[in-house]
Amino acid sequence: MSKSINRITSTAVPVNIENVDTDQIIPARFLKATSRDGFGKNLFRDWRYENDDEAKPKAGFPLNDARFKGNILVAAKNFGCGSSREHAAWAIKDAGFDVVVSSFFADIFKNNALNNFLLPVTVSDAFLQEIFVAIENDPNSEFQVDLPSQTISIAATGASEQFDINPYKKTCLLNGYDDIDFLLSITEDIKKFEAQNA
Amino acid sequence: MAKTLFEKIWDRHVVKTIEGGPAVLYIDKHLIHEVTSPQAFAGLNKRGIKVFRPQQVVATADHNVPTLNQHLPIKEELSRLQVEALKKNCAEHGIELYGLGHPFQGIVHVIGPELGFTQPGMTIVCGDSHTSTHGAFGSIAFGIGTSEVEMVMATQCLLQSKPKLMRINIDGELKAGVVSKDIVLYILAQISASGATGYAVEFAGSAIRALSMEGRMTICNMSIEMGARCGMIAPDQTTFDYMEGRKFAPQGEEWNKKLAYWKTLVSDEAAVFDKEYHFKAADIEPMITYGTNPGMGIGVSGHVPALNEIDEKEKPSFEKSLEYMGLQPGAAIKGKKVDYVFIGSCTNSRIEDLRMVASFVKGKQKAGHVEVWVVPGSKQVEKQAIEEGIDKIFEAAGFQLRQPGCSACLGMNEDKIPAGKYCISTSNRNFEGRQGPNARTFLASPLTAALAAITGEVGDVREHYN
Ligand code: SF4
Repeated sequence: MSKSINRITSTAVPVNIENVDTDQIIPARFLKATSRDGFGKNLFRDWRYENDDEAKPKAGFPLNDARFKGNILVAAKNFGCGSSREHAAWAIKDAGFDVVVSSFFADIFKNNALNNFLLPVTVSDAFLQEIFVAIENDPNSEFQVDLPSQTISIAATGASEQFDINPYKKTCLLNGYDDIDFLLSITEDIKKFEAQNA
Repeated sequence: MAKTLFEKIWDRHVVKTIEGGPAVLYIDKHLIHEVTSPQAFAGLNKRGIKVFRPQQVVATADHNVPTLNQHLPIKEELSRLQVEALKKNCAEHGIELYGLGHPFQGIVHVIGPELGFTQPGMTIVCGDSHTSTHGAFGSIAFGIGTSEVEMVMATQCLLQSKPKLMRINIDGELKAGVVSKDIVLYILAQISASGATGYAVEFAGSAIRALSMEGRMTICNMSIEMGARCGMIAPDQTTFDYMEGRKFAPQGEEWNKKLAYWKTLVSDEAAVFDKEYHFKAADIEPMITYGTNPGMGIGVSGHVPALNEIDEKEKPSFEKSLEYMGLQPGAAIKGKKVDYVFIGSCTNSRIEDLRMVASFVKGKQKAGHVEVWVVPGSKQVEKQAIEEGIDKIFEAAGFQLRQPGCSACLGMNEDKIPAGKYCISTSNRNFEGRQGPNARTFLASPLTAALAAITGEVGDVREHYN
């Protein structure tokens, strides 16, 4: 797993469905593992295969469409709602994505993604449409996601948009830092807080 | 300065704030279960560190457990391994585990409150989105991912950005046959499944005040279905009466001291919310969902929206969801046949829910074609149900009273709804495949579910209260 993110130029895979909940991203029956690896093959499992059968991929689903590839996943509004399962972020990352673009992310999913060096990029509804149109016109359309300048652009049209990210999280992603490293470094402050509030 | 309930609790838990970044938030209580904890323990082990404050953690096994023959080893190998890993991890890190066979075992969000572990003014987290349930006691309680579970285990802290604040007021009296589940399904239908994303939501108003703790938990439980970071209700006498004498609730002098503090946990008169809604209890009907997210709800006597009532942009997902459900736009939902009835989950599996169902079905028989599963939220709920003779009522009605666990709420353990079948469920999610691949879920209250169990179809409970 790549632990830092800076600039990414890639084609994208479109999943133009609203309100994608984490039960669709990774169904509950695949959450029995005790490690973080290997969830990618079950990403969108029930949308990808007929009757849970890997020999029967559903033709219309973008992940089964050889035209679509790249390490950017483009999703519709309200992506990642529902269950807090971090397995959803693991599955997306494990399937080779480093960026998810949507016009609206559910809170817990966004945090989980950031904690796994999967960059959630929130764009306007209009810009999201432009991205879907660009992919539809040409599946080989490239997109640039530039974390230092917080911009995402469409190579074909030159259109670009700024996205928001918490400055602390940005530093973490650029440098490959974990929250947990930071928290462990302030254990003395935490103990002092406990003593004062006992 | 005037503060909201949320701010009063939040401010007391900030260890420090990072310049331009999130706050370091101290976590009082951490609940864990078998599914979202193994990778966190593995992370600690890899770093060679132990759980920082094991006495502030409580563990149970709920998601993956069977609800029949719990005394036997779990048949499914991966489920068994996960439950065993939890046991081993808890033993190694000195964490109290209420595992299978323990008299306190149950769904994590049912046992926290019932043991008095959940208290007003606390920050509570769990690697589970329905942690919002505990907000019913006037605490900040929210679901976290596994990386965050590891952070809390390692430091008892999390990095959190302060959410925006919303208040939803429900005033007036509910009509007969309308219960707290209907309130929350109604709110969801009004503000949508993403209507509260980014917000901490406080539920207030006379209709909320009039609810029991069980009823309040049902509402806070489903605040995550609106996208909320957490849901909460200010503690009051109902809260204190529920808590007094519970196993981990403060006792004696400590109780009095805490009580005085808890009574300050209300939003000040002049406190400001970023967003506020007002609804009338009298407008709420018994609710049911027709689609594949919990915001797709209607009154049971209503109709699935017609295509021309749907926003152009939302048509594709609306049509996709009706196709999945096997329903037509504009169709009535009343009279729709169901195959399964599931009464359980952290939304509606408490003793009050079981009592509500029992009082409705007493002396009646389930419809021949339906399978009815009643799954108590915990061993203690199960025990109490048996003591009150509720088990006999269910048995006579042809209902199966199973053993505690998440059961058919999530299609992970053995209890799944078969493909294509309709289930009326008291749980919280009607997502595609949530109750099993291609299972079709109608979310409703325990009363509406009980009625469907008897008649075999969706009906309006109000007709039975006149
Ligand atoms: S009952 Fe359902 S929603 Fe509640 S914790 Fe279990 S799986 Fe999650």
